[in-house]
Amino acid sequence: MTNETIMNIPRVTPKNMTEQEFFYGHKACAGCGGSVAVRLALKVLGERTYSALPAGCMAAVGFIFPQMAFKNNSIITTFPGVASMASGIAAGAKALGQTDFKTVCFAGDGGTADIGLQALSGMIDRDDDVLYICYDNEAYMNTGIQKSGLTPYGTHTTTTPAGKNLPGSKTHKKNVFEIIAAHDIKYAATASIGYPQDFINKVNKAKHIKGATFIHVYASCPTGWGTPTNTSIEIAREAVDCGLIFLAEYENGDFKLNKNPKEFASVKEYLTKQGRFKHMTDEDIEQVIGFRDMKWERMRRNWNHK
Amino acid sequence: MKTNKIFISGDEAAAHGVRLSRPHVIAAYPITPQTITVERLSEMVESGELDADYMHVESEHSALSAAMGASSVGARTFTATSSQGLLYMVEAMHYASGGRYPIVMMNANRSVALPWSIYGDQRDSLSQLDSGWIQVYVEDAQEALDMMIQAYKIAEHAKVLTPMMVNLDGFILTHTYEMVEIPDQDMVDKFLPPFETPNKMSFENPKNMAFSSQPDDNTEFKYQQNKAMFDAIEVIENTEKEFGEQFGRNYHGMVEEYMCDDAEAVLVTLGSITGTVRVVAEQLRARGLKVGILKIRYMRPFPEKEIMELSHKIKAIGVIDKDISFGYEGTVFTNVNSALAKSNATIFKKNFIGGLGGRDITKAEIEKMYKDLLAGISTNGQKTVEFFNLKVETND
Ligand SMILES: Cc1ncc(C[n+]2csc(CCOP(=O)(O)OP(=O)(O)O)c2C)c(N)n1
Ligand code: SF4
Ligand SMILES: [Mg+2]
Repeated sequence: MTNETIMNIPRVTPKNMTEQEFFYGHKACAGCGGSVAVRLALKVLGERTYSALPAGCMAAVGFIFPQMAFKNNSIITTFPGVASMASGIAAGAKALGQTDFKTVCFAGDGGTADIGLQALSGMIDRDDDVLYICYDNEAYMNTGIQKSGLTPYGTHTTTTPAGKNLPGSKTHKKNVFEIIAAHDIKYAATASIGYPQDFINKVNKAKHIKGATFIHVYASCPTGWGTPTNTSIEIAREAVDCGLIFLAEYENGDFKLNKNPKEFASVKEYLTKQGRFKHMTDEDIEQVIGFRDMKWERMRRNWNHK
Repeated sequence: MKTNKIFISGDEAAAHGVRLSRPHVIAAYPITPQTITVERLSEMVESGELDADYMHVESEHSALSAAMGASSVGARTFTATSSQGLLYMVEAMHYASGGRYPIVMMNANRSVALPWSIYGDQRDSLSQLDSGWIQVYVEDAQEALDMMIQAYKIAEHAKVLTPMMVNLDGFILTHTYEMVEIPDQDMVDKFLPPFETPNKMSFENPKNMAFSSQPDDNTEFKYQQNKAMFDAIEVIENTEKEFGEQFGRNYHGMVEEYMCDDAEAVLVTLGSITGTVRVVAEQLRARGLKVGILKIRYMRPFPEKEIMELSHKIKAIGVIDKDISFGYEGTVFTNVNSALAKSNATIFKKNFIGGLGGRDITKAEIEKMYKDLLAGISTNGQKTVEFFNLKVETND
């Protein structure tokens, strides 16, 4: 599909979006952002979709025999093997003569940035016709909130306990979006469930591209974050507004910032309302802000934006 | 019957067997001494001889994961590996058998590091007996080709739906050239129809697969898996018979007994060593010694019945193990001995450990094994496990 034809894909809006549900009756916690991401994406992708989910929360809550929560064809994969299993599904279905279908991965941050990165790299390298969606709740949630490569600086997790000697997690988030882009992938994007309209249209765009595509969607987790269950969308929005999460696309070799706020909302406010960051000192918060500013300076310098 | 023989290696024979089976998807990663198989398959795909998708995966874990993905939508799949690669697949191996995906895999038996060794023994596949795969071991290149074709028929059988591993001894089989009969595609097509399974995802009948189970259900799934493995025995025997009728070659099912009818001492073999043992046994027979061979073909399902029956006819049994389960004994011996314990036969038993990391097992050594067994008949030998031809002094 050429650039222009991609631009001509009709936008998905709440008005023209299907009323059908593809992910329901699952056992996710109240307010689970990951399940919102899966639900919205499948509404866009539709019934001719194979979904593959590695071990992780969405697999754990969706396939408890005999209560299967996916209306479309779906499968749990090994934790490291989601991208390769999805590649196999796409290859097998194609070899059997099937056309007009999509294969999608829904993998957590750990399943993507850590243990599954190798298989994901292979999938993109082969340009297999798979959309890989990483729902990022910033820790290994299914095993009880441990640090992953996408856990931000200062996060209290069960393996980075904040205390006298540790600020929580000592590392910043791995730069997955640019790692993926460095493969010269056809299309990659970041998103947040706090900006659903933006997210679903990125899914829609990826749906229409033949070959490997990637979307990194920020997805709140009240259980792991220590936030009220009724603020998940709000928090995911604030993360973008305060600049810790950015909305961007990579296409045809170019990066583009979709949202370039003149002024950021308060990082401190965003952090201190979450249990996982409660312990952070002003100094810690300054570190986070400094890191954010450095990143934005670089993005604004090198990437297209308005 | 017209013949079409060509001079090829075991790896190449395996590749021809796979080609004739018409897989839709091949996903594999190179490792010595399996590599030639996947190189030949790549060439066959390139030339159009084989209409399959060859996936260049980035690891063995992904090779088997991709094969599972393709199998989950009903495609026929192939992968191949060896040694370190097989061990790198282990998580996916249990996954494939639990998901009942009838993938066929060629494994070139090779030693496992450390120490590094690219040469043959059987410690790689024997360490995976509990992974739920059917395991067959072949003796020569022809059997390798023929078993690839049979493997699909067995694995995909509705009562079985279990992945199957075809084992070839590294180098001794994979890299040795032999005259191999290449069957006609028409005949193979008649023998092996396209893969059909209800155990797949499709748009006509959407499914959620590879789910989790609660303690209340898990045992039942495992019971079914175990039953399928036992049901495979009959399927193996029938497949073998049908193959023999159509192609004129017979491999005798679960085991092959060679000169066992009036034998006193029998050596149990697995894989290519059988060929050398045949030569020695024939020589000893010519000298009047009553010796025979039990060639185990399938390690899973295990030929318990055949071993129990044999135990009542003989006086001594020796098991050659190209592996060792540290702190115990050879794994083939453990399995054979378990069948013997159930048969109540009181015979002399001995486990010969050797051929590790590719060391040659010589005719002289095999002759000595037979002599040990014959001498043991009149004793109540206590030491049952022996590393033969050790080149270091031991004080045990
Ligand atoms: C090979 C392997 N190692 C570890 C695990 C245990 N495990 C299962 S899910 C999980 C965490 C998943 O974290 P993430 O990918 O971020 O998804 P989330 O649970 O947060 O949705 C871990 C560590 C596993 N299933 N397999
Ligand atoms: S722990 Fe978090 S990610 Fe997992 S189901 Fe609950 S809310 Fe969702
Ligand atoms: Mg996570």
